Amino acid sequence: MTSTLQRWFGRGWLSLGYIFLYLPIVVLVVFSFNESRQDMVWAGFSTKWYGELMNDTEIISGFGLSLRIAVLTACSSVLLGTFAAFVLNRYRRFPGRTLFSGMASAPLVMPEVIIGLSLLLMLVSVQKMFGFPERGFTTIWIGHTLLGMAYAAVVIQSRLQEMDKSLEEAAMDLGCKPRQVFFLVTLPNITQALASAWLLTFTLSLDDVVLSAFLSGPGSSTMPIVIFSRARLGLDPRVNAVAALTILVVSIGVIASSIYLARAERRRLKEIAAAFKGE
Amino acid sequence: MTIAPPFLSIRNLVKDFDGVRAVNDVSVEINKGEIFALLGSSGCGKSTLLRMLAGFETPTGGQITLGGSDIIAVPPHKRPINMMFQSYALFPHLTVWDNIAFGLRRDGLPKEEIATRVDQMLALVQLSAYGKRKPHQLSGGQQQRVALARSLAKRPQLLLLDEPLGALDKKLREQTQIELVNIIEQVGVTCVMVTHDQDEAMSMATRIAVMSEGQILQVGAPGEIYETPNCRFVADFIGSVNLFPGHVTIDEHDHVVIDSEEVKHFVPHGITGVEGMDVTVAVRPEKMVLQLEAPTVEQRVHANEHGHNCVEGVIASVAYFGNETHYVVRLDSGVELKVSRTNAGRYDESLRREQRVFVWWDGADAVVLTR
Amino acid sequence: MKFLTHLLSLRWITGRRFVIGVPFVFLVCTFLIPFLIVARISLSDVDPDHPLGTLLTYTDGMINLHAKIANYLFIATDDLYGLTYLSSIKFAAITTVCCLLIGYPFAYFMARAKPTLRPVLLMMVMLPFWTSFLLRIYAWKGILANQGIVNHLLLSLGWISEPLHMMNTPFSLLIGMVYAYLPFMILPLFANLSKMDLRFLEAAADLGATPMQAFWRITVPLSKSGIIAGSMLVFIPAVGEYVIPELLGGPETLMIGHVLWDEFFSNNDWPMASSVTVVVILLILVPMAILNKYQAEQREGGRK
Repeated sequence: MTSTLQRWFGRGWLSLGYIFLYLPIVVLVVFSFNESRQDMVWAGFSTKWYGELMNDTEIISGFGLSLRIAVLTACSSVLLGTFAAFVLNRYRRFPGRTLFSGMASAPLVMPEVIIGLSLLLMLVSVQKMFGFPERGFTTIWIGHTLLGMAYAAVVIQSRLQEMDKSLEEAAMDLGCKPRQVFFLVTLPNITQALASAWLLTFTLSLDDVVLSAFLSGPGSSTMPIVIFSRARLGLDPRVNAVAALTILVVSIGVIASSIYLARAERRRLKEIAAAFKGE
Repeated sequence: MTIAPPFLSIRNLVKDFDGVRAVNDVSVEINKGEIFALLGSSGCGKSTLLRMLAGFETPTGGQITLGGSDIIAVPPHKRPINMMFQSYALFPHLTVWDNIAFGLRRDGLPKEEIATRVDQMLALVQLSAYGKRKPHQLSGGQQQRVALARSLAKRPQLLLLDEPLGALDKKLREQTQIELVNIIEQVGVTCVMVTHDQDEAMSMATRIAVMSEGQILQVGAPGEIYETPNCRFVADFIGSVNLFPGHVTIDEHDHVVIDSEEVKHFVPHGITGVEGMDVTVAVRPEKMVLQLEAPTVEQRVHANEHGHNCVEGVIASVAYFGNETHYVVRLDSGVELKVSRTNAGRYDESLRREQRVFVWWDGADAVVLTR
Repeated sequence: MKFLTHLLSLRWITGRRFVIGVPFVFLVCTFLIPFLIVARISLSDVDPDHPLGTLLTYTDGMINLHAKIANYLFIATDDLYGLTYLSSIKFAAITTVCCLLIGYPFAYFMARAKPTLRPVLLMMVMLPFWTSFLLRIYAWKGILANQGIVNHLLLSLGWISEPLHMMNTPFSLLIGMVYAYLPFMILPLFANLSKMDLRFLEAAADLGATPMQAFWRITVPLSKSGIIAGSMLVFIPAVGEYVIPELLGGPETLMIGHVLWDEFFSNNDWPMASSVTVVVILLILVPMAILNKYQAEQREGGRK
């Protein structure tokens, strides 16, 4: 395969791939402005579905619940994930390490139905024995944290691995007590990983269907659960409206952060280059 | 003259890792104010030894005493020892000023005193204008100076240097060597450094300990180690050397004769040993003389060595270094000798490859090694 | 709060034990114990008095072991379960292969693109990932439905006379699965391929290999770990996928996730659901072990 042929083949493949990835997204947004309800036939431009969305209490309260759970989940996942990442990265040997490592990474790949079912069975048993927790907010939060912790641990662990270990030794050498070392030296150097982990687990929790369905109770339907039950029945343009809004927010977020990060990186490289010239 | 008690005393230090003995029964005493180098190739245990001094590794056995008190049980953050890391380990999220102030803040010193000290340190390493910069805004040489300032800020009793010049290029290295020694001597701190670079050790240290496989082979001033190595390993490790295995044929109290394959050696002093013993004679390349004709009696320093300490061979290669030329001379037996000369005059055309030459040396410049 | 500080002042609760203990306890409570409970319930009778199952009970000084294996026997002998397991594995496998066939060239060309273009390409792959997964699958319903866009387009172009029946078929399921899991295949492959040293290929060319030969003999084997990682990251969760079969699948697409859901929510048969769960866990243990081993090797290799 000649080089030009390869280049065009590559461009073609990538373009088709991106079209495949983005087609549904575009469709969602376009048809959120469709006049007609059922058919995916373009009947005219209309923003009425956005209006109806404002009055849709089910979705709005679902969104509120999802948002609260997502924020809490992100915080607890990052906290526990940091612990787990630290343990896996720094402590080479302790009894039960393989078990710990397996448990911390399994939720990443295990089908959610399995995790949901097991967790629910246990929580119900606990409820029958101790009288709490009620299925709802708390139980969903626990389930999401289990999943989120696994993701957060991966992100944070990879950052811990590339961090220069001698920084912590240097801190101790200069008189820093072991507990202080973490807060004064390690933590400031992993903030970017912590932020990524927070965003990642936030998104995961906001979007989760299966775990939420298993662990929710009466009156605690998260937004994905609402959307899912409607989607099973058929097409609902209000869902398209939600989708369009979500896509808008996410796109702005992703593009803005990419630009910010790229700029910060460019500035940093310039500073390093200047330092070498200046010397 | 009273001899000062050793400042840092290491006795029978042992460190095992998973059944591998990294440091094997090391004992050495280091005096106050000296710059002491641990020299060896990678894996010889020098870094492990340094880390045990810093407190990052716990010895499996042995004792470390600093200024009279045992420090093994003391955790690293409480030891009056500071280390300059190979990677500098400057805190990327802090400015240069804050990096240097870090250790002082841990001690809870009052603000004014911290400010004075940090400014002092910055002046010492000539980086007073760079206080507000962050580490990534500095060049390699500047980062090193900050690392040095940071490790001296707390006025430690012992300063540890881990491969201090490893990350610098050649030109910068030579310059920094001198600066580093000046600063250390100015501050007057006792210093233990670890390096695999013999030039670094020889030019910077007051005394050197040559290490191999977890043990110290020889301790001494650079001149001692170079001119009188105590074993084949040390002789070969430091600089270049020609080694002649042989056995003692004449053993008198004021001279010995040693027979080796290509040459008879005459050494004008006695050795502790017996006749028939297997030894190695070591002669440094710069102590050998290369010339086209055989040496005359007048050229020899000791008359009785005429007929000894001289070989004939063919120049196999010439390596010109500007200030020096290194020759490899192949003897009839196939053995190759390294001979080097300073180019005091202009380039000598007559000494080129395939040229037949004589190589001779003064017996007093040979070292007899028994192990 | 006072309890916590009192706890921390106890001598044997060192900092290290605390750091290990907190996540460990959480994981044991939310991961390990539930699985043990599932295993226990799977061997028990449906009994409202004993929510934790009747496997091991204690009455009047007697410990009774009461293991009901009927559920497992049923699973082993009933055609439906066997078929469903096989069907799940089949769909997961097809999904994995399709993702690999589409994703490998994709990642390859991404890795070969100009260095300035690469972050943009990567961002464009990540963006759908951050958008809601549920919503994107929902979108396919609209695209593939009988009155959906594709059919509408083809009808108006006159290429077909009747709408193509694409929804609720294995075809729509696979499109949804591949679509959802494609980023999980692309990202590890891209990470692997972009780190590959191009000098290997230069050396191959220098020794007389054609580009095709160099690709098959060098690039592909070197990206083996990326291929394995991507495949496991797709296959394992795909086996138990629920949402996609539910929204895009149909009567011909038996998936075990769906069966589990029905068994639990519709039939309320906990022991049965538990047994099915245990079997699924056993099914995915081997691929998970492979992934774990590969990841451990990656970490050891990176930690020189």
